[in-house]
Amino acid sequence: MIEILWFIFDIMLVLLLLALAWTTCSTQDVMRAVTLFIAMGLLLAVIWARLKAPDLALAEAVIGAGISGALLLSAIKDYPSNLMVSHRSPVMRGMINIFTIALTILMSWAVWHGIEMSDGKRLSEQVASQLSISGVSNPVTAVLLNFRAYDTLLELAVVLTAVLTVLILNEKRADHKVISPLLQGMTRWLVPLLVITSGYLLWVGAHAPGGAFQAGAMLAAAMILLQLAYPSIHQGFNLYLLRLLLVIGILIFVLVGLWMMLLNDDFLAYSPAWAGSLILIIETAATLSIATALTLAYLGGRPTGWENGLKKSASHKDSHTDNGRVK
Amino acid sequence: MIDIMAILLIFFGLFFFLSGSIGLLRLPDVFSRLHALAKADNIGLAFVTLGVIMLEPNILNDIKVVIIWLLVMAASAISSHLIARRALREHRGDD
Amino acid sequence: MISEQLLYSLAGIGLFAIGLRATLLHHMLLPRLLALNVCGAGVFLIFIAIAYAGVENMADPVPQALVLTGIVVAVSATAMALALGRRLEALKDE
Repeated sequence: MIEILWFIFDIMLVLLLLALAWTTCSTQDVMRAVTLFIAMGLLLAVIWARLKAPDLALAEAVIGAGISGALLLSAIKDYPSNLMVSHRSPVMRGMINIFTIALTILMSWAVWHGIEMSDGKRLSEQVASQLSISGVSNPVTAVLLNFRAYDTLLELAVVLTAVLTVLILNEKRADHKVISPLLQGMTRWLVPLLVITSGYLLWVGAHAPGGAFQAGAMLAAAMILLQLAYPSIHQGFNLYLLRLLLVIGILIFVLVGLWMMLLNDDFLAYSPAWAGSLILIIETAATLSIATALTLAYLGGRPTGWENGLKKSASHKDSHTDNGRVK
Repeated sequence: MIDIMAILLIFFGLFFFLSGSIGLLRLPDVFSRLHALAKADNIGLAFVTLGVIMLEPNILNDIKVVIIWLLVMAASAISSHLIARRALREHRGDD
Repeated sequence: MISEQLLYSLAGIGLFAIGLRATLLHHMLLPRLLALNVCGAGVFLIFIAIAYAGVENMADPVPQALVLTGIVVAVSATAMALALGRRLEALKDE
């Protein structure tokens, strides 16, 4: 009985997901497509929770639905046309359809075969056997910041590179003029709450779902909300601090790695006794960097006065805004 | 007994969600759709929250559920307001 | 357990196919980015479907960690693509 109910639930989730994906990709209106995409992100968060991956559910709810939603919605204005129509010729469309269907059948066969043939051995057994010396008890955090710490370091580098590209390419988007006192009122309540939740997620990541990525994304969400409610708030950013925050994750990560290299002859090979504290230090720095990176990515370019940020003199006074204030 | 009460409450809440969704699909313009959705969903969520509290013995988790409910209410009020204001502005702009 | 793994990984393939088709069909940046993100979500879903280990157990942590980094990289890549697109639009206007 209970299996059947689960199965019905699964089928409903999957059908809803596919329907949302299909309408996202086939609707003609960009605004509608983005809205449906955000809904799909939320549904994916539910699916991650259903598939017993709560760390992912948290990350998807904040990033997949929240931040990329904000990013895409604010990007709609940058493009001249709000219509998304395909201009491919009928022959081309047919070829694309045939190619996609063939690929789908091939992939389905491969995945089906793979699952049927699987011998049931999982990497999770290896993770579980080493978990006690990793310094944390949440296996996902252990994989991210201990067993595969290299990958996470390089991932932070990828995020930094992407954000640097954004900063090089553009000035930040023009502020929107519309101000809502109601939104401002709620933001005053919500932002402290978001900051606390972010700190909680960071701390709890050691033994329960949570961690640097979720915490950083939540902090970025708080900043984006502030930016939406108070459009001129970015003028108060301390740009020295912003630069430091942007790189501090990688900086601390590399410094800890080098330090461990001196002690244990291997880059990022933590001493088991310190592993817990080291992971927390790295995660705190990574949280700040991810939050800064995602906030700047949302702004879509350099905040005002970014170029003059390092020479704080005459040129600085020419600009209309005061960048010296600490945020 | 408590389980049955809780499940009844959750289903009662789901009924409100259903009517809100029907309103969203059937009503003609943005304002009446918002009116249907925001109210029905908040009441529905209230019943679902009550049901979940009855099922969950851990008081800390109950508090978290109540906080989530309050936050969703605040968020839905504000976002309805923002959507309505935007729609009103566009409506006036068209005239 | 295998039935859930199959169901969700097939759904992931479906998502990937829908995204891929739309990526190939569209010319404009924003629809293409949306489609690529749908594509990526499909890949994530296949990973996690295979990581699923029953209702009582946590999913396999290694694919979870992979997908977690994937989500963050996907959003930064989207931001970068949007910035490139905005620059292109600005250059077109000049």
